[in-house]
Amino acid sequence: MSPILEGQNLALRFVAVRALDDVSLALWPGEVVAIVGESGSGKSTLLRVLAGLAAPQAGRVLYHDADGAAQDVHALREAERRTLMRRDWGFVHQNARDGLRMGVSAGGNIGERLMAAGGRHYGNIRTAAAEWMARVEMDPARMDEAPRNFSGGMQQRLQIARCLVTRPRLVFMDEPTGGLDVSVQARLLDLIRSLVAELGLAVLFVTHDIAAARLLAHRIVVMRHGRIVEEGLADRVLDDPQHPYTQLLVASVLAA
Amino acid sequence: MTDPGYNFAYLDEATKRMIRRALLKAIAIPGHQIPFGAREMPLPYGWGTGGIQVTASILGPDDTLKVIDQGADDTTNAVSIRRFFHRVAGVQVTTRTAEATIIQTRHRIPERPLTEGQVMVFQVPMPEPLFKLEPRLAETRRLHALGDYSLAQVKLYEDIARQGEGGSAYSHPVMVNHRYLMSPSPIPGFDNPKLHMSPALMLFGAGREKKIYAVPPYTSVVSLDFDDHPFRPVRAPHACAACGSTTSYLDEIVTDDRGGRMFVCSDTDHCAENQMARKAAE
Repeated sequence: MSPILEGQNLALRFVAVRALDDVSLALWPGEVVAIVGESGSGKSTLLRVLAGLAAPQAGRVLYHDADGAAQDVHALREAERRTLMRRDWGFVHQNARDGLRMGVSAGGNIGERLMAAGGRHYGNIRTAAAEWMARVEMDPARMDEAPRNFSGGMQQRLQIARCLVTRPRLVFMDEPTGGLDVSVQARLLDLIRSLVAELGLAVLFVTHDIAAARLLAHRIVVMRHGRIVEEGLADRVLDDPQHPYTQLLVASVLAA
Repeated sequence: MTDPGYNFAYLDEATKRMIRRALLKAIAIPGHQIPFGAREMPLPYGWGTGGIQVTASILGPDDTLKVIDQGADDTTNAVSIRRFFHRVAGVQVTTRTAEATIIQTRHRIPERPLTEGQVMVFQVPMPEPLFKLEPRLAETRRLHALGDYSLAQVKLYEDIARQGEGGSAYSHPVMVNHRYLMSPSPIPGFDNPKLHMSPALMLFGAGREKKIYAVPPYTSVVSLDFDDHPFRPVRAPHACAACGSTTSYLDEIVTDDRGGRMFVCSDTDHCAENQMARKAAE
């Protein structure tokens, strides 16, 4: 078996700041990996580079598609990369406004990816949208409402439904629970966990919430100053942190 | 007859050549928007500055010009543009669709089927069919290049979800030659089928947005729709009060403040022809 996504020796500098400094990372099919670290550690940059949204200055990102062929994400032509992004991948943004079309109804938001994939049957698109709203625990009767009518947690669920409707193999999430209150966070994490298990998705997500990482991730990658300082199974990293920075990070979680 | 103070058809020859080059490109790539250096014209934006520049560039001394505004030949804009070209080019002008070689129009395509050799010139307020969906012009250009029109399909989905049946009454986007999505300018959906495989050349000029595009004769033009909600041209379910036509596109005219209204043909030339034919039959 080969990894589904592989970052090799990635480097990216923002003037004097090394956002990524020789970072290598592999994600395996069906695996959930959390990237944790403080603000400015390069974790979001790493996610964007791996997802093909930002180009690295050195190194490459390989994606192994369903047929097993390796594709260099940043060497693809733009049309191919866009097809890949909406057929095989999903991206859940921290702010639902970045991932949703705020002027388009909930059903339209979910249906957009289907239409982009060539769906031209209105009835089928609506059925799929209603089905996915139910799967993310939203009321399908509200599918013609605009996203602004929904709460923050619901917008996030909508964003997840929109990503998953085309059955991607790989989903990127950037702080999917950021900015939500604790009880909403817990339910959203629960939902993500069950969907991921059910669909066998590979997920790469960025968080600064250690609890979220513990709940969702199989494996945790700790970043600091653009480098991966520690990497291992989630419970190993959290229960027996080796690197001083990871120890600090784990120790600073507030116990309720 | 021609005002000697102006070059033939108002525009200088260099400008006409520039516009003709853009037109040739536009015809070569059906439905693709070609930028051009639109000039200031002696009428405000929104009154047909794009159309009038295209007409000025293709007009020859032997042409016969017809100008339509909302289907009618006798409204302010139609009359003034017709007079303008009569004055600066001295060309024949007409209100008869059959006699015209060039028809400049806003909002309508004549009811009478167009023939080979006729040229329609559309005045286009907004050439970009994706502009309400994607605010960044650079991004819309990219979407055109990639042929990615899912956004337009989303808009259509929204229309059906909100209004039940295929929403846009006018300016319903079309796929030209199976490649480019095009705004047919604000013609009613009723006129969209007339673009498909038309024997006439269709030229579109947008003055403010500085874009020209075209549909060459006998080109496939398909209105965007869903498999289970096929595009249906809409027309008011009445007969024209003046000529009795049940097939032409109708304008609704409010006649008093107690709900009285009548429906008449929007194409005045077509309506007059029908009335003449009726009289002749009687």
